[in-house]
Amino acid sequence: MNAPLDRGANVVATAARHADDVDRNGRFPIEAFQALKDARLLSLLIPIEFGGGGAPLSDVAEICTSLGQQCASTAMIFAMHQIKVSSLIAHGRGSAWHESFMRRVADEQLLLGSATTEGGVGGNMRNSICAFERDGATFRIAKEGALISYGAYSDAILITARRSADAPPSDQLMAVLEKSQYRLDRTGGWDALGMRGTCSEGFTFSGEAPIEQIFTHDFAEIASESMLATAHLLWSAVWYGVASDALSRAQSFVRKDARRHPNGPAPGALRLAEATSKLQLMRSNIVEGLKRFAKAQQNADDLNSMSFAVAMNNIKIGSSQLSIEIINHALLIAGIAGYKNDTPFSVGRHMRDALSAQVMISNDRIFTNLSNLLLAQRIDQRLGD
Amino acid sequence: MLDTIRRLVDEQGRLAVAAETIGDNADLYATGLTSFAAVQLMLALEETFDVEFPDRMLNRRSFSSIASIAGCLHELKEAA
Repeated sequence: MNAPLDRGANVVATAARHADDVDRNGRFPIEAFQALKDARLLSLLIPIEFGGGGAPLSDVAEICTSLGQQCASTAMIFAMHQIKVSSLIAHGRGSAWHESFMRRVADEQLLLGSATTEGGVGGNMRNSICAFERDGATFRIAKEGALISYGAYSDAILITARRSADAPPSDQLMAVLEKSQYRLDRTGGWDALGMRGTCSEGFTFSGEAPIEQIFTHDFAEIASESMLATAHLLWSAVWYGVASDALSRAQSFVRKDARRHPNGPAPGALRLAEATSKLQLMRSNIVEGLKRFAKAQQNADDLNSMSFAVAMNNIKIGSSQLSIEIINHALLIAGIAGYKNDTPFSVGRHMRDALSAQVMISNDRIFTNLSNLLLAQRIDQRLGD
Repeated sequence: MLDTIRRLVDEQGRLAVAAETIGDNADLYATGLTSFAAVQLMLALEETFDVEFPDRMLNRRSFSSIASIAGCLHELKEAA
């Protein structure tokens, strides 16, 4: 086992211990995040030259899956943090402030949140109403109705806005603001069906910081070159963890049942076989996506191509749908034992957590974007690269 | 060709400003071109110039300015 995954084992055990309490009380997974910081896993992706772990995205995905098997909220927060880190790495290089901030993320194990949506844009993060208002060497920003996951627990927030007050809604930039540079006024709570520990509350964000903290790359580039892929791949890795744990519970149920009834498998055994094929599809989809992303990172044109965007969006669509189908199978296999919350075969929390997959950047919105892209993009009819 | 591209940018680009005020090399995305509008623009360009954009041209850079669009069209016309 390689080092980061080894260090992850302790974190996973900690996350598992507190998962029920985190879910029941809709509270931030404090213990798991202390363990993640202690294991220095928040800087896993950051290059070694900036004090991080220099690990590939596939290692991060593996940890997302392991955490997802135990506490989906911890896994999702970890995934979302790493998405911000990936943007810093891909687009902060060459900027003195961002490079030194990366170093601090590693040294102090800072937790990064993000404020990319706001009230009035209908969930479309590629449109902003608020703008960076420059005043000499500083800028001010005020964003209303922002849903900021673990906002109250973040050490810094990456926030998007229009380039300036006279820029069109799609001409966006992104900036990093540290906790001491912004104020969050809570406007809405997070009493949700699942992913309750992510504490994705609504806030009014108001902050002020030096202009150098704004990324020099357009947000459109950041979105397509680092956020799109890491978000869809890491979220999918989390959902894979949730689905694979549900199915493994169902398998335990079938095995137990088979031992009691040696004269033939229970009806659930067939569903188990069917669900493992879906699980394999889901896994292949994600693993192939990780490879595709690693390859595209070597070629800027590919990274910005429609075919890459289509592929990453499809990974999210596919894994979000498959995870629910798999968990539903697990529920049917274990029956009442799966439906109850207090049995070893329970998949209630899995189901509630995984339902978020369809609404995190709504699948319907993605389908709409895909159908537009497919007016241009050709269907890939080859099997190989 | 540049005038025709400008006309199509006006019709399909949904920009905040008129295309005649945009320089050949100015960044169209900074004037509000979205990826959705870029696809509509591409379809109009294909129809008008009787070409088909291959996959390798379907990226952000190809539609980033009037000059880069013209560059793609020249390449496609020469290959035809």
